[in-house]
Amino acid sequence: MSISEIDRQWTTRIRRRVEGKLPPEKLLPDTQPVYVSSWIYVFGVATLSALGIVIATGCILAIRGPQWWHGSPYGHFINSLHLWSVEIFFFTMVVHLWGKFAMAAWRGGRALTWMTGVVTFLASIATAFTGYVSQTNFDSQWISTQAKDGINATGAGSIFNVLNTGQMLMWHIVLLPLAAVVLTALHVILVRIKGVVPPFEEVTE
Amino acid sequence: MSKKPFRPDVDAPEWKGGYGPYDIIKEGAIAVLVILVITMLLAVVFGSPDEKQITVKNWSNADPIDFATTALSELNGTSTSAQYGAPYNTASSGQAIGPLSLAKWAGVRIPINAASDFVISPLKSLPDKPVLRTDLKMWASASTSTRNGWLESYTKASSNMKFVNGQVVVNATSAGPVPTIIEDLTQMARSGALDQALVTGNGFYTTDFTKPLLFLADSGYMANLADAQHLTGDQWGMMNETGSYPGQAWLWLYTFWYQIPPFNSSGNGDALVWALMMVMSALLLFLPFIPGLRSIPRKLKLYRLVWREHYQDTK
Amino acid sequence: MAFFLSLAALIPLDNPGHYIHWHFLDLSVANLIVVILMVCTFIAALLLPFPGRSRRKENR
Repeated sequence: MSISEIDRQWTTRIRRRVEGKLPPEKLLPDTQPVYVSSWIYVFGVATLSALGIVIATGCILAIRGPQWWHGSPYGHFINSLHLWSVEIFFFTMVVHLWGKFAMAAWRGGRALTWMTGVVTFLASIATAFTGYVSQTNFDSQWISTQAKDGINATGAGSIFNVLNTGQMLMWHIVLLPLAAVVLTALHVILVRIKGVVPPFEEVTE
Repeated sequence: MSKKPFRPDVDAPEWKGGYGPYDIIKEGAIAVLVILVITMLLAVVFGSPDEKQITVKNWSNADPIDFATTALSELNGTSTSAQYGAPYNTASSGQAIGPLSLAKWAGVRIPINAASDFVISPLKSLPDKPVLRTDLKMWASASTSTRNGWLESYTKASSNMKFVNGQVVVNATSAGPVPTIIEDLTQMARSGALDQALVTGNGFYTTDFTKPLLFLADSGYMANLADAQHLTGDQWGMMNETGSYPGQAWLWLYTFWYQIPPFNSSGNGDALVWALMMVMSALLLFLPFIPGLRSIPRKLKLYRLVWREHYQDTK
Repeated sequence: MAFFLSLAALIPLDNPGHYIHWHFLDLSVANLIVVILMVCTFIAALLLPFPGRSRRKENR
């Protein structure tokens, strides 16, 4: 096998591209530009941490099934952890969003980073909504019957039936978390490739 | 090729300054620990809400007249579900945004016939009811105009509906089988059998609660419970939670539109709010490309607080 | 199991909530607290000094 034949292989070409765009020292950096010095920078990693806890507690709830938490104090406690980690997730994500807006963090070829972040936010809202609908209590009965009108009005209700509890549970624990995690991973990889946005140049000073 | 001019809201200056140490793994570990501790504290201190689900049995026992009235509205086609339109039936053209009747175009994908699905079919599953069986046969073989005649006289008399000695009492004359149908469905509901009958459409296994939820949503009972918990649409209910728990506060903007005209009075309110939210989400998504909007952060100057050390150093 | 029974909420929030009415605005106190905390956190994150500045300078 000649060298040029190896060079032309899909595997080789993809590996080289990845190595070029995201070398290990960019993926796991040990230095940071000195302007990265503010508490506002911790809300991205805080959101990521909360997402981790949301997924972990969701996995524990999944082990015993959707109704378990109504009857078990242990299950109810795990549900409480799941709820509060979701509240923290959105809390930190919104502060992160405000912070990145204040810094106009899309500058310097980072528009795709911003956009993956926004889509992650929207996917998270859908994930949380399907979670509320999957609680199998009065809250989910009420929320689903209310939300159906909005979703039906868009035409999406013909496929996405919020009153079909099994369907909503599948969306909540398979499809939407998968989307949210993949989007989050893309978002973080883009941040690592492009680095943190530099400060605006102050012309007056 | 000439060099493009520097656009401050699109381009970023190249960083030529220094770098400091940064332990990304340690930062991540600390963040997980801190968030875990806060989550634990909130969960231990406040717990989480679990307002018990309601059933058709609860409803018909708590308020049999509301149940019987709702059942009648399913039978005579005046309930919300019966008049809904797509995706459940063709009773109305549904909501539209101008010429865009999105729901109607998507079609009837979850067919619901309120009279048959909520009233007649469940009753057919009841065993050992000779009178009911005869009355259901009478209903099935009657013409639409005969049915409408029965329903009209029963509906008229039902404004004085009473519930006496465990029975629905309506002084209707020439209402045909309707009194038996409403009375037997109410008894079926009070026994809990209707809850089961509404979900067995697909046989033994089910995870689909479309029918009982639509039926419950047509009641005054469920709306009153929700109103007491501050959950209805005009109470910003979408973002509220049962009890005193914080809810989906991130839905504030979506909920907000429902409180103001024209959305809170329009028959197309849901469609309009969704269209507006789509546009606003698109604005947020494409913010980096929208002149004017993308200049707000530079003019807001909040970034000077974030990078104040940097600006002090470069002075 | 007894351990988690003891972990049942110390201050359960199952009692009916309180609400703030102002014109068309109708917010639950719980949501209002979340929003106020969010704004306060954002402002604090912008204003509070971030530690580790001196070390950063030495390394430059």
